[in-house]
Amino acid sequence: MRTFAFARADSVARAVEHRQAEPGSAFVAGGTTLLDLVKLDVMQPSRVIDINALPLTTVERLPDDRLRIGALVTNTDLAYHPDVLADHPLLSQAILAGASTQVRNMATTGGNLMQRTRCPYFRDAAAACNKREPGSGCDARHGVNRMHAVLGGSRECVAVHPSDMCVALAAIGATLTLHGPHGEREIDFAHFHRLPGTTPHLEHDLDDELIVAVTLAPPLMPLGTAYVKLRDRASFEFALASAGAMLSLDEDLIGEARLALGGVATKPWRCREAEALLAGKRADTAAFAAAADVALADAQPLAHNAFKIPLARQAIVRALREAARRAGEDAT
Amino acid sequence: MQETTAHPPEAAVTVRLTLNGDPITIEVSPSAILLDVLREQLGLTGTKKGCDHGQCGACTVHVDGRAMNACLRLAVMCEGQAVTTIEGLAEAGHLHPIQQAFLDHDAFQCGYCSPGQIMSAVALLEDHRIAGDVATVREAMSGNLCRCGAYQNILAAIQDVRLRRHAQEGGGDA
Ligand SMILES: Cc1cc2nc3c(=O)[nH]c(=O)nc-3n(C[C@H](O)[C@H](O)[C@H](O)COP(=O)(O)OP(=O)(O)OC[C@H]3O[C@@H](n4cnc5c(N)ncnc54)[C@H](O)[C@@H]3O)c2cc1C
Ligand code: SF4
Ligand code: FES
Ligand code: FES
Repeated sequence: MRTFAFARADSVARAVEHRQAEPGSAFVAGGTTLLDLVKLDVMQPSRVIDINALPLTTVERLPDDRLRIGALVTNTDLAYHPDVLADHPLLSQAILAGASTQVRNMATTGGNLMQRTRCPYFRDAAAACNKREPGSGCDARHGVNRMHAVLGGSRECVAVHPSDMCVALAAIGATLTLHGPHGEREIDFAHFHRLPGTTPHLEHDLDDELIVAVTLAPPLMPLGTAYVKLRDRASFEFALASAGAMLSLDEDLIGEARLALGGVATKPWRCREAEALLAGKRADTAAFAAAADVALADAQPLAHNAFKIPLARQAIVRALREAARRAGEDAT
Repeated sequence: MQETTAHPPEAAVTVRLTLNGDPITIEVSPSAILLDVLREQLGLTGTKKGCDHGQCGACTVHVDGRAMNACLRLAVMCEGQAVTTIEGLAEAGHLHPIQQAFLDHDAFQCGYCSPGQIMSAVALLEDHRIAGDVATVREAMSGNLCRCGAYQNILAAIQDVRLRRHAQEGGGDA
């Protein structure tokens, strides 16, 4: 394994100073993405900055009732946090559908936002990959692309964004707090991850900054949620297609609906047109199927992944149906 | 905790941690992986290396009581933490109840995955946020692969210890 220098930061400001002082440096939180990719020689930090001593490990309820999650809250602690379970069960469901107990115990909220694609060509330092090495080509385009994206891809890159947690954040809505050399700023989660376009190596809107917190939008009430994840084995596997749904019901009519997809798109994928179609409709399978068709209308299959379109359709219909059932139970 | 600044790649870093109950101080390279330090520097070879990428669970240890993959953790990240390996489970010559249950239930064949399975099982029983039903336990144990396929007996060993603990604590729901 390639070696690197080390620094341990004892404040947010120091962490950012270290980062800015050395362009090739990288923060380490849980290490489950970074060290995996250093071992594969895909990431090559000259220095690793340990941020685990920073005071970013709590979930707070703000005066306006929103939940603010510190960037170092582990995926396990977030999934089982009583306020998260009460207000945002979708977030808990999505996190627990991902990875393993051990990985969730290590993985952090900030690290999860920053996790890299599982595209096998990206992970193979000998393959052509525009994301890893800009301009080198994309071996997935005409290679084995069963796992790749049907939404949001470009000629340059069709890699899936692999996070389950981020699918829930896309549906719920969230604001990220970033700390950089010039102080703090906030950014809408929806604009944090970028589409690959012609620059797939630019994955997010972060500029020498540290993610310090994620603040969740207020919950819908009364609320039903469901996360449906379809994959090659029943546990400890990334999604081929996943859907996170949130519904509020007014009698048997849908009040507000939220829908986001994972496993099929190049970034956490919010389906706003499908949501608009569902509002005010009867909560039945016909409406859910129509919403799924709208959500997938722009899907473009590659040679090996056309199956993902009907699979995602199933995930959407099942997630919406289950969310409606739970919203109904909640209302009565 | 002291702020450490510039460590060139070759310079060793001093790390103080508690290992299997004993405070120790070690000198490690900044890029040294906890699993390799345990096995090669400290001679604790009970923790196994399978995939080296977080995908098999053979390297599972406890860090401050939580199950983690030692193959995806830097030794320098363990400053001030308590690390427990399979060697630290038995107390005063008595196997941990989960270790004994693995023997009683024949919960292994080659045994290569067993240290990791046992460390996950012990942490699971201590974590009261995780429900005790069979489906939840299976899911919570899915980070530990067994190429010999001893899953049924591993599950039986865990649930046996859970039941006996409940009986000792005076019942309640399993
Ligand atoms: C075997 C395995 C299976 C997995 N399965 C799943 C799955 O099914 N579903 C799923 O969603 N995920 C899965 N994952 C991915 C896992 O969720 C991520 O690896 C994890 O969330 C990353 O968090 P971390 O804290 O370990 O990040 P790290 O590895 O510490 O960091 C990742 C990146 O983020 C940067 N970073 C970290 N924290 C910050 C911060 N606060 N501000 C700015 N930058 C930061 C680092 O510099 C690095 O570039 C799996 C991982 C493994 C190893
Ligand atoms: S799909 Fe993207 S990540 Fe995968 S090889 Fe092509 S450019 Fe690289
Ligand atoms: S060796 Fe660590 S998970 Fe396989
Ligand atoms: S007993 Fe052989 S791998 Fe589990």
